This record gives sequence, structure tokens and C-alpha cells, in this order.
Amino acid sequence: MRKQLRVNPIDCAGHGLCAELLPELITLDEWGYPIVSGEPVPRGLERHARRAVADCPALALFLADVPR
Amino acid sequence: MTHNATLPPPGPDRQADQYAPALMTNRWRDSHPGVPPRLLPADSRAGVDLQPHMERFGPPPYRGAPGRLIGEVEAAGLTGRGGAAFPTYRKLAAMAAGRGPAPMVVGNGAEGEPASNKDKTLLWFSPHLVLDGLQLAAEAVGSVTVGLYVHRNLRLYERLGVAIAQRAAAGLDAARVELIEAPLRFLAGEESALASKASGGPALPRFKPPRASQRGVAGLRTLVQNVETLAHLALIARHGAAWFRSVGTQDEPGSMLATLHQADGPTGVVETTLGTPIADLLRLPARAVLVGGYHGAWLPAEQARRLPLANAALRPLGAAVGAGVLAALPGDRCGLAETARVARYLALESAGQCGPCFNGLPRMAGALEALAGPRPDPRARADLERWSELVGGRGACHHPDGTVRFVRSALRVFADEMDHHARGSCTGTSGRPFLPLPQETPLDNTDWR
Repeated sequence: MRKQLRVNPIDCAGHGLCAELLPELITLDEWGYPIVSGEPVPRGLERHARRAVADCPALALFLADVPR
Repeated sequence: MTHNATLPPPGPDRQADQYAPALMTNRWRDSHPGVPPRLLPADSRAGVDLQPHMERFGPPPYRGAPGRLIGEVEAAGLTGRGGAAFPTYRKLAAMAAGRGPAPMVVGNGAEGEPASNKDKTLLWFSPHLVLDGLQLAAEAVGSVTVGLYVHRNLRLYERLGVAIAQRAAAGLDAARVELIEAPLRFLAGEESALASKASGGPALPRFKPPRASQRGVAGLRTLVQNVETLAHLALIARHGAAWFRSVGTQDEPGSMLATLHQADGPTGVVETTLGTPIADLLRLPARAVLVGGYHGAWLPAEQARRLPLANAALRPLGAAVGAGVLAALPGDRCGLAETARVARYLALESAGQCGPCFNGLPRMAGALEALAGPRPDPRARADLERWSELVGGRGACHHPDGTVRFVRSALRVFADEMDHHARGSCTGTSGRPFLPLPQETPLDNTDWR
């Protein structure tokens, strides 16, 4: 099952760590909140994506099944 | 779940004046001669007593087991009247098929949209149709836990308490209805906010998943249906799908309640049918027409004049029937000023939970206020476009999306007006506010309970 990154915007406090760890899939808006790519996480980035999820200080980032 | 039906809740009665519902029943009479309106009384006589309701409609036709009504609702093609127009039978069927403890059913009468009065009007004039529908929906999904979520208002609460007590005295219903108080906030009726409030928390939108249908009130799977949807359900149960489809269009059958704001004055609630020409409902000309309320879209009056009130025609234009709000902007008002006023209100009504919404919406309102004034900073428009792009789809609820839809439609429809403002002139000659807003806009976050 392919995964995509999702952010819970209520939990997200805009620390911005995720965009540092995974700039390929996450950028920050002008207020510091993440804009997360809805594309399936490419195979080569899966480990980095898991790392970004694990390191989010607000536990707001997660990997979800790509909706069919 | 907070309040017993017979005890009116404490709290301010801020919306009392908005609860003197104005009916425009003559419109239904004119367009459907000899046929009584479906949801509203044929005259303005209020219908809180059970006896006249039973004389007009008969008792709610319970089927004796879950699931049996759902096929009829599917055949009728009933869609949710709270704004999203989702097929009602699909929600019922999913709930009836679910596993685990019996679900909860909540009628959603929290009409936070300041331009909409149709749910309050329905609850005021036809409470028993809504209560019938609640019970029938509960039976259809196998629920015995039923709530009715309504904005805080002493007079309406008392009235609903009387209606519920009369039904209890008559032994009519299987499930006791609990009145649940909704705070006077724009987003209080959002489904996850409802579930949070009914569980004892604040009426704040929550992140999904889980949806209320998966884990809602007190952790129970929860079916949330708009009160008008429930009233239609009560009539479909009595008269069947063919009767329901005898008005409206093939794809969007049935009647609907709409709140009309006429350019030349009166505001009122009408019962109409899907597919009715907008020009039959609003007196035009007008400068522009707002369709679907403050999460809806402006349309040029010349375009609106040729359109029916139906999603099939409106959706390709970025508009939707929504909860049935139609407003004809008077020719002497500035559409930018009106949009800016409402956008500021929407920004203040952000729950303040999601970064893109609580950062973006106030900035968007500020840019619109600049554009509504003379010789705005040339960057204001580009900023507004950029922020509109940025906040859409990034909230836990659809508040940023709806606000963006409304604001972008104003940029399209009032483009000429923006050129005037850039040159320091305005074609509006009256600064009197047109679109309704609550008299007090909450400025803090203490009143989500």
C-alpha cells in the first residue's frame, strides 16, 4: 500500500522541522506552516518520510494510505 | 449532551430578534396553486401543538425494524439540505450496516450562517416534522439515542421543549430526544464540532479521521442530519418516493427551504423547488447575486437571472445551492465593501486552530478592506490571490475553503469595481450594510461552549 504524508493542522504548531528533514515533499508557507505534497511518497524517500514523521515535535505529521 | 429538553439553557439570548421568522408563503401558493407547502404551514400559524400536526400528517409511520425506510429514501433521491447535498440514503445505509454498539442520531439545527434562517424557521413552525424525521432516522439505523442540536435561544428552546413533552405524553416515540445547545458561532454546526459539543467539549471542528460517522458523540458512531433533511424524510416515509419526486428536477428532486434577501428590502424564508429560476425568487435587477451564503459565491446578476436554483447549473460556475441562501445586492451598494465586511466576520469566526486559517483569513480580510477603499495598494490584489491559493484545503474543516470560494467569486464579479477603486472612485452610493451579520462578533475564544 502506497503512503502519502498528511498533517493534522490543529496539532501542527509550525515548528518547521519536517520541511528541513524532507524538503523534497514539504515546503513551508509564509507563516511557517507546512505545505505537504499529496503525492505518494516515492520509494527512495520512504525512510526520510518516516524520520520526519517521528521527529515532528507536535506529532502532527503522519503517513496515511493513499485514497483510492 | 448537556440539557434536558424541559429546562431551557442559561446563556444570553443574543439571536432573539432573528427568531421572529418571516414566512413568504404566498410564493409557494403562486407557483403551486392548490398544493399546500410541504414543510411549512400554509399560513403563518405556528405549529407547536401535536394535535394539528397529527390531523394534517398522521402519526410517523414506523416500519418496525431498522433499514426498511432506506430504500424509499434512496428512490426519493433526497439529499442533505444542510449545504453539502450528500445523498441521505448513503449515510443511513452506512450507519445501518455498521458494526458495534448502536449509533447515535443528531438532528442538526445549528444554523450558524447569519444569512440563513430556514432551519430556525422550520423548527419554529414545523417542529413535529423534524422530530418525526429524527425518530424515523433513528429507527432506520437502529438507534435509540437521539439528540437535537439547536442554537442557544430561550424562546425556541421552550417551544421545542413543549413539542417534545407533548410527544412524550402521547407515547409517540421510541427514543427520548435530548436538546443539545449550540453556541452562536459560525462553525458550531460543523459535524465534528457538533460531535465535540455533544460529547461535553467545545463546539470546535476536529481533524478527520475519525468522522462523526466513525466515532462521534461520546465515541458512538453518529449520524448527523440537517433538520430540514429530517423533515423531508418524515414526509417521504408517509407519502413515498414518487410523491417526493413530483416536484423538483430529475436529478435534484423535491422541495427546499430558501432564505431570500431582496434588494429592495424584505428578508424571508420560502419553500420552493429545486430547479426554480432564480429570477422567480429574487426581484431583479440587482448589482449581483450571492448564492449559497458566506461560503457560497457571487454571480453577476445578468448570469443569475438565467439560472435555476440547482447544483447542476450552479456547480460549473463555482457556485452551489448550499443551504439555500440567495441575496440580491442592491444597485447602490459596493460589492467589495460588502465582501470585505463578511470576510472580516469569517476571519473572526475562524476557530483559530489551524495555522493557514488563523494566519490567512485575517490577512485576506485586510486586503479586501484595502480593495474596498480608495486607491488601494496595488499589491493588495496579488496578495489576496496568493493567500486564497495558500489557505484552501489546509484546514481541519472547510472554513478556509468556503471563505476562499466566497472571496474569489468577489474578485471575479466585482473586477470592474476594483478598477474604479484603483482610480479612487466607487460606484456604490450607499454605505448602509446589506448582508446580515450578528450584532456582536465574538472577539475571544471563550464562547465555543
